[in-house]
Amino acid sequence: VLGMSANSVSYNEQGSGESGVDAAQENSSIPASISAGGAAFSLFSADCKKNEDLKEMLESNKESLKLEAMKRIVGLIAKGKNASELFPAVVKNVASKNIELKKLVYVYLVRYAEEQQDLALLSISTFQRALKDPNQLIRASALRVLSSIRVPIIVPIMMLAIKEAATDLSPYVRKTAAHAIQKLYSLDPDQKEHLIEVIEKLLKDKSTLVAGSVVMAFEEVCPDRIDLIHKNYRKLCNLLVDVEEWGQVVIIHMLTRYARTQFVSPWREDAVFDENSEKTFYDSEEERRVDQSKPYIMDPDHRLLLRNTKPLLQSRNTAVVMAVSQLYWHLSPKHELSVITKSLVRLLRSHREVQYIVLQNIATMSIQRKGMFEPFMKSFYVRSTDATHIKTLKLEILTNLANEANISTILRELQTYVKSQDKAFVAATIQAIGRCATNISEVTDTCLNGLVLLLSNRDETVVAESVVVIKKLLQTQPSQHSDIIKHMAKLFDNITVPMARASILWLMGEYCEHVPKIAPDVLRKMAKTFTSEEDIVKLQTVNLAAKLYLSNSKQTKLLTQYILNLGKYDQNYDIRDRTRFIRQLIVPNEKSGALSRYARRILMAPKPAPVLQSAFKDRDRFQLGTLSHTLNSQSNGYLELSDWPAVAPDQSVRIVEVVKEAGAPLLGKSKPGKSAEKFYSDSEEEEEGSSSEDSSSSSSEESESESESEENSDDSNKSSSSESDSEKKKKTLKNKKLQQQKPDSKDRYWSHSKALLLIIITKLFSIHIVLSFSNQFVASCRCSLLRLCVFLACQFDAVSWHVRVSLQASFPVFVPETSHELLHRMTGKGLSAQYRFTRQPCIYGNSMVSLQLTLSNSSDQALENIHISEKSSTGQNIHHFNAIGELHTTNHSEIDTNMSTVQHEHTKEDEFSVSIQPAVGELLVPITMTEADFTKEKLTWCQKANQPIHFCVCISRFAGKTVGSGCLVLVSVALKDPDAGITINTEKTVMASMLLRQVKITLTNSGP
Amino acid sequence: MIHSLFLVNASGDIFLEKHWKSVVSRSVCDYFFEAVERATEPENVPPVIPTPHHCLINVLRQRVYFVAVIQSEVPPLFVIEFLHRVVDTFQDYFGVCTEAAVKDNVVVVYELLEEMLDNGFPLATESNILKELIKPPTILRTVVNTITGSTNVGEQLPTGQLSVVPWRRTGVKYTNNEAYFDVVEEIDAIIDKSGSTITAEIQGVIDACVKLTGMPDLTLSFMNPRLLDDVSFHPCVRFKRWEAERILSFVPPDGNFRLLSYHVSSQNLVAIPVYVKHNISFREGSSQGRFELTLGPKQTMGKAVESVLVSSQLPRGVLNANLSPSQGTYTFDPVTKLLSWDVGKINPQKLPSLKGSMSLQTGASKPDENPTINLQFKIQQLAVSGLKVNRLDMYGEKYKPFKGIKYMTKAGKFQVRT
Repeated sequence: VLGMSANSVSYNEQGSGESGVDAAQENSSIPASISAGGAAFSLFSADCKKNEDLKEMLESNKESLKLEAMKRIVGLIAKGKNASELFPAVVKNVASKNIELKKLVYVYLVRYAEEQQDLALLSISTFQRALKDPNQLIRASALRVLSSIRVPIIVPIMMLAIKEAATDLSPYVRKTAAHAIQKLYSLDPDQKEHLIEVIEKLLKDKSTLVAGSVVMAFEEVCPDRIDLIHKNYRKLCNLLVDVEEWGQVVIIHMLTRYARTQFVSPWREDAVFDENSEKTFYDSEEERRVDQSKPYIMDPDHRLLLRNTKPLLQSRNTAVVMAVSQLYWHLSPKHELSVITKSLVRLLRSHREVQYIVLQNIATMSIQRKGMFEPFMKSFYVRSTDATHIKTLKLEILTNLANEANISTILRELQTYVKSQDKAFVAATIQAIGRCATNISEVTDTCLNGLVLLLSNRDETVVAESVVVIKKLLQTQPSQHSDIIKHMAKLFDNITVPMARASILWLMGEYCEHVPKIAPDVLRKMAKTFTSEEDIVKLQTVNLAAKLYLSNSKQTKLLTQYILNLGKYDQNYDIRDRTRFIRQLIVPNEKSGALSRYARRILMAPKPAPVLQSAFKDRDRFQLGTLSHTLNSQSNGYLELSDWPAVAPDQSVRIVEVVKEAGAPLLGKSKPGKSAEKFYSDSEEEEEGSSSEDSSSSSSEESESESESEENSDDSNKSSSSESDSEKKKKTLKNKKLQQQKPDSKDRYWSHSKALLLIIITKLFSIHIVLSFSNQFVASCRCSLLRLCVFLACQFDAVSWHVRVSLQASFPVFVPETSHELLHRMTGKGLSAQYRFTRQPCIYGNSMVSLQLTLSNSSDQALENIHISEKSSTGQNIHHFNAIGELHTTNHSEIDTNMSTVQHEHTKEDEFSVSIQPAVGELLVPITMTEADFTKEKLTWCQKANQPIHFCVCISRFAGKTVGSGCLVLVSVALKDPDAGITINTEKTVMASMLLRQVKITLTNSGP
Repeated sequence: MIHSLFLVNASGDIFLEKHWKSVVSRSVCDYFFEAVERATEPENVPPVIPTPHHCLINVLRQRVYFVAVIQSEVPPLFVIEFLHRVVDTFQDYFGVCTEAAVKDNVVVVYELLEEMLDNGFPLATESNILKELIKPPTILRTVVNTITGSTNVGEQLPTGQLSVVPWRRTGVKYTNNEAYFDVVEEIDAIIDKSGSTITAEIQGVIDACVKLTGMPDLTLSFMNPRLLDDVSFHPCVRFKRWEAERILSFVPPDGNFRLLSYHVSSQNLVAIPVYVKHNISFREGSSQGRFELTLGPKQTMGKAVESVLVSSQLPRGVLNANLSPSQGTYTFDPVTKLLSWDVGKINPQKLPSLKGSMSLQTGASKPDENPTINLQFKIQQLAVSGLKVNRLDMYGEKYKPFKGIKYMTKAGKFQVRT
């Protein structure tokens, strides 16, 4: 009992790290048996003894003692102390039942397995067993540890485990598998090919949990296998919002690289520029006109990426915001770039380290695009509490932003900085003033005057920095400023900073004509102090001497000789070299030859003024937001961002098979692919641009409703209706594709189709109105030769938002075999068509009715290219079948097509307008619901048609929903002998009345 | 990604190390120590330090450096953000994230780090997921664990990990259902010598403390959402809903979290609630300087300005200051030259002032810089931007929660140049 209580005390102490362990070791009363003997040992064996303690504890039977020992061992590992000799004792506990003990053993194993490979193998079988555990957390952690043990012998076991885990049902385990891929790759790069296979499989995974990790593995193992991304590109774009934040960063960086290889440049200015330069070369006007007339159309996939990443700018994770910003910087059209500005400026409120990175990136951006950050100039004002590196970065940005309009504000701000207590920052400010002065000619004089004032500053670094900057400025316009040069000569005695002294000497020499009296005097002073000057000052003294010798040899000949002699014996070889060179150049002797005649022209040549550039000038060679950009040098594993391709690679590689996509909504689980949406336009006369906006808004609604439905399954209806919406769009995509074969008679139909459209847009379910229109249409069409047009529309209003409940569709009990004639062989010139409703769920979308069309050729010629013309697609959705190449005599072909409306067919030179008039009942799918639900729903819909008829059947209830909109239709037949009442409850009145009529007719006919 | 992590205290000792891939010798930190020596202040250590084979990325929080060792290309912000998240998690678990707290809980720290990163890539950083995996240490639990031998490590995968709402665990139960929201706005401003505003911005946050049973779905709407210029959300907020209707709709995490941070557009004029009258001067040739400071309220909408704290870094030449405050207390540290004056509440009838003289080092010339004055204050019951919450509604649960909202205005980085 005593032992236990002591143990619990030391447990509490244990937490306090080193002291805890040491204390426990000193009062080593825990394993009482040991401590009795242990106390006798002298201090030097303390370390060894302590480990003996732990070993003893690990081998005891008590879980709590083992746990206690492991906790102390972990404490040792954390402090970086070596605990490897306990390996055999620890590894025995790997199969412990106590989960905390097991985890701590894992920690230990991962740390020391590399050193004790043979012993580590003992634990492998435990992990292999755990990989089959029903608990996903245990499976995952077993895989994590197994893959973290860096023992080359187990590579095949790891490979097997990864392959298995990649197909695990739990996404969490699959995520762990993705992590394990990287670990195995770093252990054994030879496994690359196998690992790529696993990556390829995991890339197809639809779970948001896996996406980030597998892309990380992709980036590490095979970043060049861009082809693996194609098929997953759209999925990744669409999943992005729901992926956890760290995964988002990795995916965004990868997609940036991908996009740069797959899309053409959206930067129009550049394109125009290129054309112009080409034009001068070829000088062919025509070619240019062709080029310019072709407007840039952004690849829809490119747009998808930009659109889906934009909301992430609002993320709380700064790394995500930065990742999106760099994506926009590298991929978006220039005029859209401004969206990232605010978010980047917002990050400046974050931690100091975040500010540092963000400011660096802004500095690079602001060089190229001042306009982006100019409105936020004040956010870059320096506060006295900022760290020095933050201050200098802000200064850099302010200088980059300076232009004629804001320079006065910036200069006023810079003036206050000059008074700062942080001298390194003051020096940077002075340089910034110099840069403003050279970049903006209007303020050069003002800046120069300001800097001259600083020359009388008490702080030497300030003065020195000013001298250096003034020297650079004077080079641009020396003639007017001889008084400044004189002033600086006066200061010369007081300045001790070598760089500043050297600068003044250079100025004297360069402009000795402007100060003919002072310059020789300065040289005289320098001759006196030459030996005690810094090297840089000595070099400039030699230069000054040479220049003065050439321009004013009378006064300075002796001085020059003297200085050259001093230099000849200087300790620094640079100075000795320079002296020798100058002597040969300026003092004519027989060896110097031709060169000395040009000495004056060589030394006194006009020198180009230095250009004061930003330190971030060429940082943009690195991708923004990367480590390489921050360090301004290529770091290990940096992946170069490629240039835009001149011609876009094949876009179709990203298209995922339609069947797969369309089949998905049937299962009611997977999300509808949005891939095709941007082609969507709800009417043909609309322009591409506006339609894409349309689709974006509707897709956003859609995705929202999706996420809601996931959270709240009660409300899943909304999503199902929007799914059908997206299906509709997909169909129209196909219509659009067929447009290329559009007949020239198109215009004539347009006025009518517009009229139809109007009705559809108002979302009225009004068959008879459409009918009346089509009758007129028929009349007009009959006048034209060979055209028979009958319109009937039973239109599905697919865009219904009022659906309340989603109900499981059940299979029809009875499917009639009768088919109806669509086109008679006489009118169809040999082609006859029959249709029948299969009452099967449509594979292309759950808002469609499937229709089986049987075409037969009874003529003696082959019929070619039979297809549904696209004009009929105004508002209704038809899943078109591919054009049938040739239809031979007596050849029957059956096509399952899916439509709910008018259908045109045209042969080589003939076009037949046909129409399908489905009975209202065909547009319903039966559903199963309980009686209670039935009555409840019945009350919801007030619209009902009620009519008594005479017949006798039992009381029956039928429930169904319209295929298009999922509108509930409830039919109840109540028997009140001899009268019977049919009640139809539905939202759609027109449908109700039609249905009622049909039911009535059918029932009366079949009745007694 | 992240190879290793070292925790370094202010005196330059490594007190914790953790490796996720093969072990990196702690001698790599020598480069870091060099950088610390070169920097004059702890804050001036560059966050990214290149070394021949690695790169060190560090963050400084509460006098502890978290130094991550990087071996290959990675977005630096990724690492920085993660390190800050680690610190936040520690704070969440231990109350503070100091050296002592980490040393006291070294096992939990290790378990946490093990869960947060796998092979250097973040695995679980959401605090409620972590709390299900590893229970935060409390005195009660420590005692219970010692007696019963149970552990504070969860055995099941947290449900949040797999769900679409990873920030909320299932089965939350409270007897009192309450939701509190704090709207806290900070004024960042630079006031120049003459008292005119050079730049002023309002940054706000809405911090929430939500203790609601089940899976509530909340919507929060504002009277004047147009004020919000730039926002960033907790991942729980439905972005589309905000875009379309300017309504915050979300399933909240359990407990404390930051719902929203926002920026009020700089085009709006910002009401500066206090003014500072100052006269700080040094005379040429004399070793004395004059110091006068008076504070007063201005545009406070009738609310009291509280917890006022003035601090100023006086020039290096100042030897001592001999001042007398009309209220509150002041301290002057002759080593760091930091003057701070704890004013308390500003009484509009009797304005607080601090007057007196400063003595300069003998022989030192008149300093040419003037000190900047940093100001802190609080105003309760006021959001200075005028932002107002309209209503809070709850869907998805039947009970009626208690709702509360509080406004506060604080000084952010508020500087007066003299």
